[in-house]
Amino acid sequence: MLGVCLRGAHATVRKNCVRSPLTPLQSYRCYSTSRSSGASRVVALGLVTVGGGVGGTLLYSKWDPKFRAAVEKNVPYSDWLLGLALGPAPEDARLPVRKQVELNQPPSMLDKPKTDPKAKSQKSVKEAAEASGPESSLVPPPPAQSIQEASAEATQIISAISEVPSVPATCDSEAAAETAAVASAEPLKERPVDEVTARLVQQDQEEEKLLASLSSRLEDSLASSAKATLQAIGAQEVALQAVTQHTRKLKDAMEAEAPSDEKSTQWKELEAALAERTAAVKDATTTLSKANEALEGLKSVINQAKGQKVAAARPLILAAEENLHQMVVDLDKVVSKVRSAESEAKVVSQYTELVNEAKQQFQREVSSLTPEIQANWKGLTGKLSVDDLNALIAHAHRRIDQLNRELAEQRVREQIHIEAALEQQKVEDHKVLDAAVTTAMGHVKEEARLNLEQKLAELREVMEAEMRTQLRRQAAAHTDHVRDVLKVQEQELRAEAEQVLNSKILDQETRYRQLTQEQLDNFTLDMNAAYARLKGIEEAIDSHAVAEETAREAHQLWLSVEALSYALKSAGADSPSMPLEDAAEAVRASCHDDFCSALASALPQESLQRGVYSEASLRARFNALRSLARRVALIDESRNSLYQYFLSYLQAALLFEDQQEAPPSQLSGADLDPFKLLSYASYCLEHGDLELAAKLVNQLRGEARRVVEDWLTEARLTLETRQVVSLLSAYANAAGLGTTQAP
Amino acid sequence: MADEYGRKWDRCLADTAVKTATGLGVGIVLSVLLFKRRMWPVSFGSGLGLGMGYSNCQHDFRSPYLIHGHTVKVNA
Repeated sequence: MLGVCLRGAHATVRKNCVRSPLTPLQSYRCYSTSRSSGASRVVALGLVTVGGGVGGTLLYSKWDPKFRAAVEKNVPYSDWLLGLALGPAPEDARLPVRKQVELNQPPSMLDKPKTDPKAKSQKSVKEAAEASGPESSLVPPPPAQSIQEASAEATQIISAISEVPSVPATCDSEAAAETAAVASAEPLKERPVDEVTARLVQQDQEEEKLLASLSSRLEDSLASSAKATLQAIGAQEVALQAVTQHTRKLKDAMEAEAPSDEKSTQWKELEAALAERTAAVKDATTTLSKANEALEGLKSVINQAKGQKVAAARPLILAAEENLHQMVVDLDKVVSKVRSAESEAKVVSQYTELVNEAKQQFQREVSSLTPEIQANWKGLTGKLSVDDLNALIAHAHRRIDQLNRELAEQRVREQIHIEAALEQQKVEDHKVLDAAVTTAMGHVKEEARLNLEQKLAELREVMEAEMRTQLRRQAAAHTDHVRDVLKVQEQELRAEAEQVLNSKILDQETRYRQLTQEQLDNFTLDMNAAYARLKGIEEAIDSHAVAEETAREAHQLWLSVEALSYALKSAGADSPSMPLEDAAEAVRASCHDDFCSALASALPQESLQRGVYSEASLRARFNALRSLARRVALIDESRNSLYQYFLSYLQAALLFEDQQEAPPSQLSGADLDPFKLLSYASYCLEHGDLELAAKLVNQLRGEARRVVEDWLTEARLTLETRQVVSLLSAYANAAGLGTTQAP
Repeated sequence: MADEYGRKWDRCLADTAVKTATGLGVGIVLSVLLFKRRMWPVSFGSGLGLGMGYSNCQHDFRSPYLIHGHTVKVNA
């Protein structure tokens, strides 16, 4: 464009140069305007291009975020510009969300077995608490709020399910619930690890506190109840001792007949013993009641502890229960002992009462009889009178009679009394038995229950251990599974990325190949076109040259053929032509194709070396030969004696035929007569048809034939040569005319 | 070939003449010498000569048409 302007400027310059001297200025103006207009045009074009590029980039980055990211990465400050123009880059929520979901699933799964050992640690004693320490350190990152609640729930559930560990199911359902919860929660907030641990530690602490309080309470109550029971037992023992002593003393007192002051001391001792006994018994009862209270308290505490359902306290509870049972059993034993002692004491006391009653009665009787006598009648041996003695003896006799009567009566009623007593005893025995049986049953039941409890505790422990191992196994399996899943995912993602990369690379490659191929194709096409043109030009030139060459050759051939035919004409009257060797050689030399050379080589050797006779000479010769042939017309293979010679000579002399006769178109049998043939041949010769003449002469047989053999060969030769030459000349004419190409 | 015919004739005639003459001569000689000047050896001789000449001539003229047979001994 600038060039055009310049040229225009030059033109104007030239025009103006002719007119006025202001042309330089004008030209300058032309130059300047053209230049400025060109410059402004260039500037405008550049601005338009830049603006278009920027706008296009903006639009495309708006449409394709990947392109936007690429632009932002490569061009500095473009992210600011793009942010200004289009707003912030959209978050690609697909891939990270999936990753987060996956991340959140494993923590939930991993948290479960972690909390299960934690729950178990609550049940077990201190070593589990220590184990949970390192386990809590293994806590994986970010469980969400739902996970925390779920873990608390899980601990509760697990602690609640003390008997049947169906944790896997709960775990799964929990995990499912959690994943659902987690999948719904977006975006996820991560809870810090130490907070979780703090919470869990807090939980642990609470549980431990509870356990501690429980155990302390149990221990206290146990201790108190044990003390009380021991006290009670001691008291009971004391009471037993007292009772037995008392009864013994009573028995002794009853049985032993001691002097009165001893008796009084005995009675005093007895009273003391009785007082002691009562005190002891009261003490025993109070202590027993206290012990019962304490035991009740312990029982209540145990029940409370059971009600609290803290698993770790169970052995304590069990121990406490055992102790309780033991104490109860001891107490019962002691109480029964005391009761038996008491019953014995009751018997003895009844006996004493009876004895006392009898004594009193006797004393009354005695006193009624002898009012003066004091109670202590054993020492009154010297003070009694005979009447008194008699009265006493009579009384004694009466008493004896009464007693005998009573005895008889007793003996009579003995059986009944015994039966009644037995019945009573039976009943009492029954009662006692029942009581004993009930207590024993109670004890046995209690023991059985305690055993059961113990067994249950053991079983529970075993189950716990098993559950722990199973959970551990599950945790391990879960970690493996997670690891596998992660691996698979990693592989998948990698394969995907690789695939994408490969496809992109493939695209780029194919594009590149396409472009190169296009370029190559274009270039090849151009080259081919140029080459074809060149080839065409060359071909044209060559064909021209070839045509010229062929024309020259044809010309040459024609010339040589003409020379050959002229050489043919050089035959004299009787002499052959010059040898056609040279001419034929020339023709052969100027021959450049097979036809020509074949023709050239078809010339007979004789003609080449000796030359050929002309037709005229042959004609002349024939005439000479004719007479000779006439003369030997009769001679052939079978007739060839001299006589035949004479006869044929005679025939020739006598037979007259036409000198010349036109041959028919077809020879019949009669025409094969030699004379006729000769006349035909003469006619043909005269009319210049050497060929027909030769043909006709060829029909001669026998000696005539032998005679004209030479002439025939010569004629043949001439004919051959003439034919070849005529062909050659025709060919040369044709080639020379240029309308036909030599094949 | 035509010349051959002429030549043959020439030869033939010459040969016949010579033979006849020779025969005549021999006949004359014989007749003079042996056969007491009779005629018959002269005619015999000339006839002989003529015949020989004639035969020769005929043979010469026949010669192209004669077929010569050969006996070929095959060594087995």
